[in-house]
Amino acid sequence: MSVKPKKTKLEKHHIEDFIGRSYMSLCVLLLIVIIVSMVYFVASKGLANFFSGRVSLSEFFGGTKWAPDADTPSYGALPFISGSFLVTLLAALIASPLSICAALFMTEIVPSWGKKLLQPVIELLSGIPSVVYGFVGLSVIVPFLRDTFPGQGIGVAAGALVLSVMILPTITSVAADALAALPQNLKESSFALGATRWQTISRVILPTTFPAIMTGVVLGMARAFGEALAVQMVIGNAPFVPKSLFESASTLTSVITLGMGNTTMGSTHNNALWSMALVLMLMTFLFVLVVRMLERRNKI
Amino acid sequence: MGTAAAVRESFQTENLSIFYGTYEAVKGISLPFAQNTVTALIGPSGCGKSTFLRSLNRMNDDISGSTTKGSIWIDGVDINASGTDVIKLRQKIGMVWQKPNPFYKSIYDNIAFGPKYHGIKNKKELDQIVESSLRRAALWDEVKDRLKDSALALSGGQQQRLCIARALSVNPQILLLDEPASALDPVSTGKVEELIKELKEELRIVIVTHNMQQAARISDFTAYFYLGSLVEYDKTEKIFSNPDNQMTQEYIMGRFG
Amino acid sequence: MKPRTADKIATTVIVALALLIVAILIGLLGYILVRGFGHISWDFLTSAPQKIRAGGGVGPQLFNSLFLLVLTLLITVPLGLGAGIFMAEYARPGKLTNFIRLIVEVLSSFPSIIVGLFGLLLIVNYFDLGFSLVSGALALTVFNLPLMVRITEQAFRAVPKQQKEAGFALGLSKWKIVTSVLLPVALPTIITGTILSAGRVFGEAAALMFTAGMSSPRLDFTNWNPLSPSSPLNPFRPAETLAVHIWKINSEGLAPDAAEIAAGASAVLVITVLIFNLAARFFGRYIYRKLTASKRMN
Repeated sequence: MSVKPKKTKLEKHHIEDFIGRSYMSLCVLLLIVIIVSMVYFVASKGLANFFSGRVSLSEFFGGTKWAPDADTPSYGALPFISGSFLVTLLAALIASPLSICAALFMTEIVPSWGKKLLQPVIELLSGIPSVVYGFVGLSVIVPFLRDTFPGQGIGVAAGALVLSVMILPTITSVAADALAALPQNLKESSFALGATRWQTISRVILPTTFPAIMTGVVLGMARAFGEALAVQMVIGNAPFVPKSLFESASTLTSVITLGMGNTTMGSTHNNALWSMALVLMLMTFLFVLVVRMLERRNKI
Repeated sequence: MGTAAAVRESFQTENLSIFYGTYEAVKGISLPFAQNTVTALIGPSGCGKSTFLRSLNRMNDDISGSTTKGSIWIDGVDINASGTDVIKLRQKIGMVWQKPNPFYKSIYDNIAFGPKYHGIKNKKELDQIVESSLRRAALWDEVKDRLKDSALALSGGQQQRLCIARALSVNPQILLLDEPASALDPVSTGKVEELIKELKEELRIVIVTHNMQQAARISDFTAYFYLGSLVEYDKTEKIFSNPDNQMTQEYIMGRFG
Repeated sequence: MKPRTADKIATTVIVALALLIVAILIGLLGYILVRGFGHISWDFLTSAPQKIRAGGGVGPQLFNSLFLLVLTLLITVPLGLGAGIFMAEYARPGKLTNFIRLIVEVLSSFPSIIVGLFGLLLIVNYFDLGFSLVSGALALTVFNLPLMVRITEQAFRAVPKQQKEAGFALGLSKWKIVTSVLLPVALPTIITGTILSAGRVFGEAAALMFTAGMSSPRLDFTNWNPLSPSSPLNPFRPAETLAVHIWKINSEGLAPDAAEIAAGASAVLVITVLIFNLAARFFGRYIYRKLTASKRMN
């Protein structure tokens, strides 16, 4: 039976669906354009110094001396890279145990009201703007550290403390979701064997949810690594590789924040800041990659 | 094929097969649906009767990975052919599901929504359609004073009759019912069954049901499905009194399924 | 150690640390509000800042923050709806969909300072929009868009699929179903999410320092001609926001009462975010009740 291909009349619904699809395609296309141009622009700016030979890769990544205004300028970014990693790791070390305990509190210890209490707390903590964290850090944590430890109070320790509070919500909510998703019978069978709650938590619950909890930790680290203003306000901004937790230091974000407005576009100094932005961007990709790997492991 | 067309019912399937990936959920089924009749599709869960029903207005199109072979004839047109305007087609075929699914809108808007979309703008005309659809679904008297209320405020049975009224609002020629009473209490079920009997005076109805008594009460023809195949199709009295097939007999007697 | 003893100790530690978090929040909020609240007055909220004298306010900054928020939502909401609806209703599983999902994930993970730098390079310099409200709004769009996409996608996915089927069976086009059947059901969730994201936008500073700028011209609040340079509505004027202002006075403030102003401004910022949070909660509950409650007419 041969059906002649009828010319379909352009119905109202054809037009509607066409408009809808075009509109959505535009929105999605915009997303793609944004990300592609971001990567392109940051990369081309960030690589400019290396291509022009004004700064070598080894100088940038290995040099400990940051003196862009000296007679013989040097652009060693190691102080900032190490500062960023140091505050991020410390913040994760402080925040993770707290977050995991909070998640356990919500799901295992008092599931009846723990979530009702902590959920709003977590939401509010994550809602507080980073400049406010910086302000409180500057007016509470820094004076406290100054009075308690040697040094001026500003430094890596202050930065890490402020960041740890900022990433608490991220880790806690991911960990709580992971714990809540745990099959009930897993716990019950452990209790049935006569295990105490802590034995169940430490031997069954935490090992099973480890990849998921790590996902939260990595997400928190990503946030800490990229946070700019709160850290910049309390870390002191001295361009040295930190030797003590209580000495003034810098991170990639803090140097960019302070330097970007005071340098001329296209200068070697300015381009070196873009190189740091590129490092931040690459680290973001790495964090996303790690999160995806952990999520995949979690599924199996 | 040419001569077969002459004896075709104005609505029937011919060798209709439905695949999910490589799995054949419905196997080459040919069934006629006569005007002013109720045809019941029965069979154990997973026998393909719901899949078959959903394919009649090409609802399966939206499930990715499903393909349909064979023909569905409506008034001499194979609506399963590519190039069919599926959206226009669905106006002709109303559908009601197991779980009532009124729109999150007022009772009035639930009914008026379809006609409005299809071009009726006149308020009086719309009012009329709303009233007549609700009357045909035997719901008018219960809701006429609160047409502006949310449809979600109705009881389950009322919601289901609202869904039937909504399906009727665009004047379909065919009504597909997928276990329309299985989620309802006995009183509501009775009302819906009564309704089906009345509605067949105006259109043809295909109903999937798990309830043997219901199939016997309301249908004129019954088709028994098993593992995706049509085992037996006949007048309902025949199927329920003296089926040809042993399997049909056993299913109806409640020995399995 | 006996298992029972270990259990008791562990439980105590867990409870203590969980309560510590509550204490941190209470301490934080308490500190900000107690320190800042005394400084908040009508004058503080409406008057312009002073450079080197005491007694400056945050009027223009507060206005800028709110105006920028409105501009940003005007751009992001339609875009986020479009992309989010695509992801929820149209995207078929496959490489393209996975790619878009990856893009949304990466975009939402970018540090906001990177978004600010990108804005500086492309919007401020390349498109020559300068330090302006438009530049700031566009940067915040990049910052907020991935979140809006996610909110929309999740809201649409939560709509029962029977709603869509009912629409199809009536012979509606898919786009009509999306806009007239699914959207009303998804809307409460979308609005709640949008209000929460608005709090995030309101407090954002790093993305704005190099786009909306760190200064505000003298604004004439009686001049509502959007083309006039002193009009608050002029989208091409620099617009320092409240959050940026807090950062600025903390790092380079010269006024003798800089710390008090920072405290007051922080309190305003936090109170606004609290209001957004409460509004989102309240609104979500209100709509939920309105949709499901059986309201009967006499």
